[in-house]
Amino acid sequence: MSAAIAPEPVVDAADATPSGGKAKRVKKRLTSRTATFFAIVIAALWTIPTFGLFVSSFRPDTDIANSGWWTIFTNPSFTLDNYTAVFSESGASSASLGVYFINSIVITLPATVFPITLALMAAYAFAWIPFRGSSWIFVLVFALQIVPLQMALIPLLKIFNYPWLDIGGTFPAVWIAHTIFALPLEIFLLHNFISEIPRDVMEAARVDGANHAQIFRRVVIPLSVPAIASVAIFQFLWVWNDLLVALVFSGGTVRTAPVTQRIAEFAGTRGNDWELLTAAAFVGTIVPLIVFFSLQRYFVRGLLAGSTKG
Amino acid sequence: MTSLAGVAQGALRMEGFWTEQSPKLGFAAIAIVVFLAVMGLVMFLADNAPRKGRDVVQLLLFVLPAMLLLAAGMIWPALSTMWQSVTSKAGEFVGLDNFVTIFTDPTGQVVLRNTLLWVVFVPTISTVVGLAYALFIDRAKGERILKSLVFMPMAISFVGASIIWGFMYTYRSEGFPQIGLLNQILVWIGLSPYQFVETPPWNTFFLLVVMAWIQTGFAMVVLSAAIKGVPAEIVEAAELDGASAWQRFKNVTLPWIRGSLVVVVTTITISTLKVFDIVRTMTGGQYNTSVVANEMYTRAFRLGQPEIGAALAVVLFILVLPIVIYNIRVLRQHKETH
Repeated sequence: MSAAIAPEPVVDAADATPSGGKAKRVKKRLTSRTATFFAIVIAALWTIPTFGLFVSSFRPDTDIANSGWWTIFTNPSFTLDNYTAVFSESGASSASLGVYFINSIVITLPATVFPITLALMAAYAFAWIPFRGSSWIFVLVFALQIVPLQMALIPLLKIFNYPWLDIGGTFPAVWIAHTIFALPLEIFLLHNFISEIPRDVMEAARVDGANHAQIFRRVVIPLSVPAIASVAIFQFLWVWNDLLVALVFSGGTVRTAPVTQRIAEFAGTRGNDWELLTAAAFVGTIVPLIVFFSLQRYFVRGLLAGSTKG
Repeated sequence: MTSLAGVAQGALRMEGFWTEQSPKLGFAAIAIVVFLAVMGLVMFLADNAPRKGRDVVQLLLFVLPAMLLLAAGMIWPALSTMWQSVTSKAGEFVGLDNFVTIFTDPTGQVVLRNTLLWVVFVPTISTVVGLAYALFIDRAKGERILKSLVFMPMAISFVGASIIWGFMYTYRSEGFPQIGLLNQILVWIGLSPYQFVETPPWNTFFLLVVMAWIQTGFAMVVLSAAIKGVPAEIVEAAELDGASAWQRFKNVTLPWIRGSLVVVVTTITISTLKVFDIVRTMTGGQYNTSVVANEMYTRAFRLGQPEIGAALAVVLFILVLPIVIYNIRVLRQHKETH
């Protein structure tokens, strides 16, 4: 959240390769042995915990309970039992993680599509349809980013539980909640982008007789694809990784609750069954990791443009 | 071979699984299709609105859906929460009683103290480590991969990160084989294993490290982009003047990236104030580890004290407010000077 825009000239962190001899000369002077040492230590500290979890999720449960994961280098043994266990839907250790995984997908896709569509339309109106109070309302929307979503939880849940609506604990409740919480930041970010479209382009379309709806479809949406992609990735990861909104609005049952909710519950009730926890955590993490590694460029760009939210 | 048998059994169950689960996916697909169809209809109406007043109709169709949702789902709830924070459970006005309860009861004070620790240490650790790392690997070979390693936790959920670190912190009594890496290291260097998560007051520190671990990637990426914006000529001029690496950093790089530093620190501070998942997953707020965001959830949705929960949400809002205002002011100044 917050109005964080990286104010410096933005260089896509992903293509930060040195160019030419000048860069090389600077490099030689900047990298010292101590710097390299500390960089390696930091990189290790940031990687080893995840690696340990990943390795453990493939170890037999008796091994996990009786020896550290680092012993696999001297005493390797691997199994898929933990994954079978977390996906099983019957038996004492049933985690039914597959069902929760489906729930996560069912929650995340609409909760990504809905707010972006609405935010795009609103952002276009604020940027290109002049009306009285436009800038005033835009500032208000922008200011809503200040409101922590905790402020909205109790009353919103009450609204969802009104007899005429009665959607508390269903997928639509989670979709609507995520949509509302995403709107301020998404409108702000997309407005930043859409308002940068050259005036000439817009006016040419108007001269051709296009009205706002047509301009929006034929000019704005095609030109905004990169911004939409960045915002979509962020929203996708945000919703997939969310716990609070899911806990409050999904009702926490196997019918609707997402993976994060199930794993958090496991951490509370089965905190010592590391063979289950490690595998479950990895299942919950694999989708964000795939999205992250395949779309890192958009991810970084979005981060530099708008920072996080909450 | 048990695992193969398990997988085979699992495959047999798959069929039943999909018969049960596919309606849900269908539901999501239908929801998206219906939503887009409605939006298409809105566009169609906007297209074919009578020429007279078309602009007004189009404006309303574009803006109203989002505005109505925000009014009903954020503005009204926020006001309602503020009102609830000054009323009793029965709905009578009680002034600041709920806040007095928070600030005077011993649990409440621990919660506030912990929140303060989080706010001080998470932004500091993440920014310092992120900046150091960004500097150390700037223009290094394999910079992109080195960045990905530290950046990766940003993609992992707070819940996932909590499990990852919970595993690092796992404790087994002395004499038993340790399965948590940190306790194994303690044993290797001849110390007794330590209950990282269960022993106050230091456990709060071990919990907030998880948040710092996640946010460092954010700090690193933003600051790295800022560092690359420092003009090479200025750096070289400083070098010719005989400035050491540290002097160059202090006198050239640091002033240049000040704006980004402020953004990083304030953004991480705000996220830190609002983070709930880590405490919820790692301790549930036990062992004196609760923070305002977690306590708000516990009181409002677990203990049936929505009025205290509302007051905690307002406390959170008041804590966040000055930081955001400061953030916006710095940004505006920055835009004017650059």
